[in-house]
Amino acid sequence: MRHLQIALWGVLPYLVLVLFVAGSLWRHHYDRFGMTTRSSQLHESRLLRVAGPLFHYGLLFVIAGHVVGLLVPEQLTEDMHITESLYRANALVVGGLAGIAAVAGLTVLLWRRLRTRAVRLASLRSDRLVYPVLATVLLAGLAATLLGSTTGTYDYRLGVSVWFRSLFELEPDVPAMANAPFLFQVHTLFGMALFALWPFSRLVHAFAVPLGYLVRPYVVYRSRSTFAGRNGTR
Amino acid sequence: MSRVMAQIAMVMNLDKCIGCHTCSVTCKQTWTNRGGVEYVWFNNVETRPGQGYPRGYEDQDRWKGGWRLRNGRLTPRSGGRVRRLGRLFANPELPLLDDYYQPWTYDYENLVNAPLGDDVPTAAPRSLVDGAPASITWGPNWDDDLGGGPAHLAGDPVLRRVSDEVRLEYERSFMFYLPRICEHCLNPSCVAVCPSGAMYKRLEDGIVLVDQDRCRGWRMCVTGCPYKKVYFNHHSGKAEKCTMCYPRIEAGEPTVCSETCVGRLRYLGVMLYDADRVGEAAAVAREEDLYPAQLGCFLSPDDPEVAAAAEASGVPHDWVLAARRSPVYSLIVRHRVALPLHPEYRTMPMVWYVPPLSPVVDALAGTGHDGEDAGNLFGAIDALRIPLSYLAGLFTAGDTAPVETALRRLAAMRSHMRAINLGEEPDPAVAEAVGMRPAEIEEMYRLLALAKYDERYVIPTAYAAGAGRADATGGCSLDGPGGPGMTEGAGIGVGAGPGTGVGTDMGVDMGTGMGAGMDAFHASPLPHDGDDRLRGRVNLFGWDGKGLPDGLFPPRRGEAR
Repeated sequence: MRHLQIALWGVLPYLVLVLFVAGSLWRHHYDRFGMTTRSSQLHESRLLRVAGPLFHYGLLFVIAGHVVGLLVPEQLTEDMHITESLYRANALVVGGLAGIAAVAGLTVLLWRRLRTRAVRLASLRSDRLVYPVLATVLLAGLAATLLGSTTGTYDYRLGVSVWFRSLFELEPDVPAMANAPFLFQVHTLFGMALFALWPFSRLVHAFAVPLGYLVRPYVVYRSRSTFAGRNGTR
Repeated sequence: MSRVMAQIAMVMNLDKCIGCHTCSVTCKQTWTNRGGVEYVWFNNVETRPGQGYPRGYEDQDRWKGGWRLRNGRLTPRSGGRVRRLGRLFANPELPLLDDYYQPWTYDYENLVNAPLGDDVPTAAPRSLVDGAPASITWGPNWDDDLGGGPAHLAGDPVLRRVSDEVRLEYERSFMFYLPRICEHCLNPSCVAVCPSGAMYKRLEDGIVLVDQDRCRGWRMCVTGCPYKKVYFNHHSGKAEKCTMCYPRIEAGEPTVCSETCVGRLRYLGVMLYDADRVGEAAAVAREEDLYPAQLGCFLSPDDPEVAAAAEASGVPHDWVLAARRSPVYSLIVRHRVALPLHPEYRTMPMVWYVPPLSPVVDALAGTGHDGEDAGNLFGAIDALRIPLSYLAGLFTAGDTAPVETALRRLAAMRSHMRAINLGEEPDPAVAEAVGMRPAEIEEMYRLLALAKYDERYVIPTAYAAGAGRADATGGCSLDGPGGPGMTEGAGIGVGAGPGTGVGTDMGVDMGTGMGAGMDAFHASPLPHDGDDRLRGRVNLFGWDGKGLPDGLFPPRRGEAR
């Protein structure tokens, strides 16, 4: 049992990280043409127009919540005089709402993908793996947030978060994760699966977030010769 | 003199378009006969009045294409940068497949495989998207020749702006064809709304392209283009558009649509323009002023100062020479008979149209009058206000004066040339009435009516800006390792690559061995002296999966290539 725990929470994260980084570099280098959102809006727009933003914006808040929850040590918020109950209430309300939005959005999107023939046919083979994993991660995470906050027996900031930060110190705190409740473990495990799938599925489109658009001039000019230059270096 | 830039522009003479769709079909065979773009026509011909393709694309209140003036500043009608990013996850103004049409094929197999029976087997329509039995309810030119009648006509956004009374009379009087390609605008709104920066306007020739490696499929360009000439490939998830057949243009050849036009109605040539004036011209307050403002951007290639400034800005000498012979410049600036399509979108389009006079002539002849008499024609142009205001709605943001001028000049040409052909003395008053000299009229006649190949297409070969060599032809941009043009020695996939600007340009280092001009297009883009680095490569994108194309594997020893 102890070896399994070490394998899951001490070794697997690094394998996933390597796969994630190397896979992304590989994809960027060899398959820039394949880096796309693979939108199916052309086939069906009514549901997507509601569910697409609901899911993605929900997810953005969820990600922001993870950044705070995992990277900010409890000590820091205590120093800022944010009480444990206030923090928890905030996590429950904001995190819960964001999670529900993401889950609701994903539900509609999945329903749309399965029920609209053209959209179903436009799906990739990797989608069959990505969507169940994504759904499991979201549901487990949402359940952990809602149940954990209401029962209030487990403080993930003293367990999961510690383990997560310890990974980057190259000294994984395996017991911190091994002692976490089952829901958290499922969430983390499938989350790792998601990162492993990331470079090889449609999830890569997250890397395409076009922040440069905010600062670039409207009309882009390019010379024929820039291609020659770029091609030469490739 | 400020920054001079060159643009390959097109003019189409609508009087000569017979609506045969040859341009559309040859374009489709060349560029969009692939999966994911079944519904895409880089070139389409629509009947006007009519809804066009996609349906009602000119209704910018709905589709939000082009630019809008807000507090004197230009912003894309679909919103500024922040608003666009906010709508990244679903584009509310994206046309659906239904707005274009659901592409279909026919179940031809049934014709041979159907069991013996009393009925003749049919080839039932099948959707090209999901293969299901389809019912055909709309197509790329469903209202061709006014098919469908007044019900469909009511959907024409240009006609809707004309009053009801006008509308009724109009249906009886007037119809013409409008072939459309990408406008390769001076102020392209599709480029402006692309969040990834994948779309760009080429410095050298102004062709607007999509970098397939940078496109991330956000679909904003589809909305941003008011002409709806950027399309979404639903297989690859990338935007694709008319490329102005840039591999041909670079070699000095006309585009496929121009080359195959049986009516010889397309003109291609260089326009020199002042890049610094474009922004200002696109932002004039009144929409009716946009046509004159765009004219104001164009520079006269005959002016020695312009020629010097052009060469100082990096435009090669042979481009300036080509600009002097440009048929497009003649029709747009010298003769003032060509007009831009929908200047009110503020994109400064560069595919212009000579408005059709023949419907006026037909209407006149229908009443028993002489359709070639200048007096009658001038009177008819005046009297037929309806066609005039419709044409103005298309070409000059509603200002009928420039349309009238153009039509009167065409009428004068008709009358003048008839006199010459009948051996009569042409009435100099006719030319004078339209502000032209007889010699100018005859020059215009030569360009519009005779339309010699070498005069219709005056296309200098490509150069690379900043390369410092005016004669560097650069070879074909489609040829490069991994590029869709990698068909040398492979014999498959010609023109069927992912196209649209994947330009992996071997240009600078490979084009040096060749002379300028036509040779560059026909000759192998590879060096001749036995360098076979690129041999044995094959474009798998164009491979149908059957058989072994040459070059898939290296040749066996002793085997001929």
